[in-house]
Amino acid sequence: MKKLQIKQQNSEAFCLGIESSADDFGVGIATFSGEILANKSDSYIPVEGGIHPREAARHHADVADKVLRDALTTAGVKPRDLSVIAFSQGPGLGPSLRTGATVARALASYLEVPIVGVNHSVAHIEIGKLETGVVDPVTLYVSGGNTMVTAFEAGRYRVFGETLDIALGNCLDVFAREAGLRHRKGLSLGAAVEQLAAKGKNLVSLPYVVKGMDLSLSGLLTAATALLQRGCRLEDLCYSLQENAFSMVTEVTERALAHTEKKEVLLTGGVAANKRLQSMLDFIAEEHDATFSVVPLEFATDNGAMIAWTGVLAYTHGLVTPLPESYVKLRWRVDKVDVPWIH
Amino acid sequence: MDTLAEKSLLKKGAEASLFLTLWHGRKVVVKVRIPKKYRPAALDEQIRTYRTVHEPQLMHEAKAAGVPTPLIYMVNVPEASIIMEYVPGQQIKQLLNKAPQSRRRELCVAIGELIGKLHRQGLIHGDLTTSNMILNPEDKIYFVDFGLGEKNVEMEAQGVDLHLMKRALQSTHYQFWEECFKNIMRGYSSVLGVESAEKVYEKIREIERRGRYVEERKQ
Repeated sequence: MKKLQIKQQNSEAFCLGIESSADDFGVGIATFSGEILANKSDSYIPVEGGIHPREAARHHADVADKVLRDALTTAGVKPRDLSVIAFSQGPGLGPSLRTGATVARALASYLEVPIVGVNHSVAHIEIGKLETGVVDPVTLYVSGGNTMVTAFEAGRYRVFGETLDIALGNCLDVFAREAGLRHRKGLSLGAAVEQLAAKGKNLVSLPYVVKGMDLSLSGLLTAATALLQRGCRLEDLCYSLQENAFSMVTEVTERALAHTEKKEVLLTGGVAANKRLQSMLDFIAEEHDATFSVVPLEFATDNGAMIAWTGVLAYTHGLVTPLPESYVKLRWRVDKVDVPWIH
Repeated sequence: MDTLAEKSLLKKGAEASLFLTLWHGRKVVVKVRIPKKYRPAALDEQIRTYRTVHEPQLMHEAKAAGVPTPLIYMVNVPEASIIMEYVPGQQIKQLLNKAPQSRRRELCVAIGELIGKLHRQGLIHGDLTTSNMILNPEDKIYFVDFGLGEKNVEMEAQGVDLHLMKRALQSTHYQFWEECFKNIMRGYSSVLGVESAEKVYEKIREIERRGRYVEERKQ
């Protein structure tokens, strides 16, 4: 049975996608019809502090061949069977992105197949749509590096709200580190904050900063950290930090929903794993007669499959990236990217 | 409140619902900030009360600054509702995309002048979008929805205000947002003077560079 399946798959075309924008090095393999055959990754975990870009890049270079091999074996695909290589071209950390781009170029040159540079944020939305079945959502993408509300309008994903400073995941992570929490395998800093927040009882007054369609989180982080140093109970602070920050992103998402009148809400990015955030968004979706979907964690955090699948969409709509133009774009905004596969 | 006639829902926004009704024979809009059950009750009440109290104050001061806003008839803090004048007309949002270029220019310059008048008096709208601007039949532009506004004389606040205007244009009028924003800034500087306007303009760029993934941001 399994053999037959592989044989059928082999009659198809495949795209291999490489994701390396931050702390994860991921490789995914997708068929042109939208089946994810492999999604493998290896994460750089800092000994202390946040992501050190140079160390992250070194990690990616170290694990690249192992992850590639792992993905190809899992998919049962030979390198020669690949039709196109996709890579995360931005936004993200320069050294990390460059490592992935280098692997992509080398692989594509060796196999003599085209490469496609994919926008990381677009990829998050596209894999979310593929995995949850939503078609035209208002997407809240919240991670360590991104906090934005997007929706498709006239050829592109437009930004209907975003952070004016730091990202939501960054806000939670930095606070957690200030509180002495450590990132461990299997328990992210965000998850640690979520666990503590569940034990919080008192809502501490913290800044709530919504500016039109945008929001600001840096003042909230500063205020929470200051209260922590003054001996405020950690559980209460985690709870209050989450309630304030999540209420802010939820308000902004609801705004976009009311404005665009779309009927689907999609939550993705690493912070999507948070149950409290999920429940808030579920609530506003229902109020606006929209459905609410969360991207499964494997595809919500940075992953290679999302790059592979978006690579398929781009490639099958005539987009390839000539080698001289395959340099990484550290600050490539989602609303600068044409998405011709949506009509 | 028993003098209120049958209410019809005008708009269900994210932040508040607007109802159209008759109040003592007048056509009015009732803006109600309905409790948001997704956030803790204490936080929710704090936010709704703050906005309900501040919005009418800011609208009143905006009028004094020369910016048309609906008249406030009544404020009900416990219910977080405001009864205000109904302004007939069309949202700028609906007009702008259909208007010929000369008209678009005229409207944008006028909008810029109004923003300039607000800022000159230390008033920040907080949510400058073309759906929060109404053109009445006498060709007068009204600013509405001051719920996210504040009194602030700092250039930072003015910069963010205009940055939000720009972002709203980019998402809603992406075909010609640059032209619109340029004309808004033209109207703005005609009120505040070129020198002040340029300083604010520089501030906007600084705010943008602070954001995530802005191309011109310095390493």
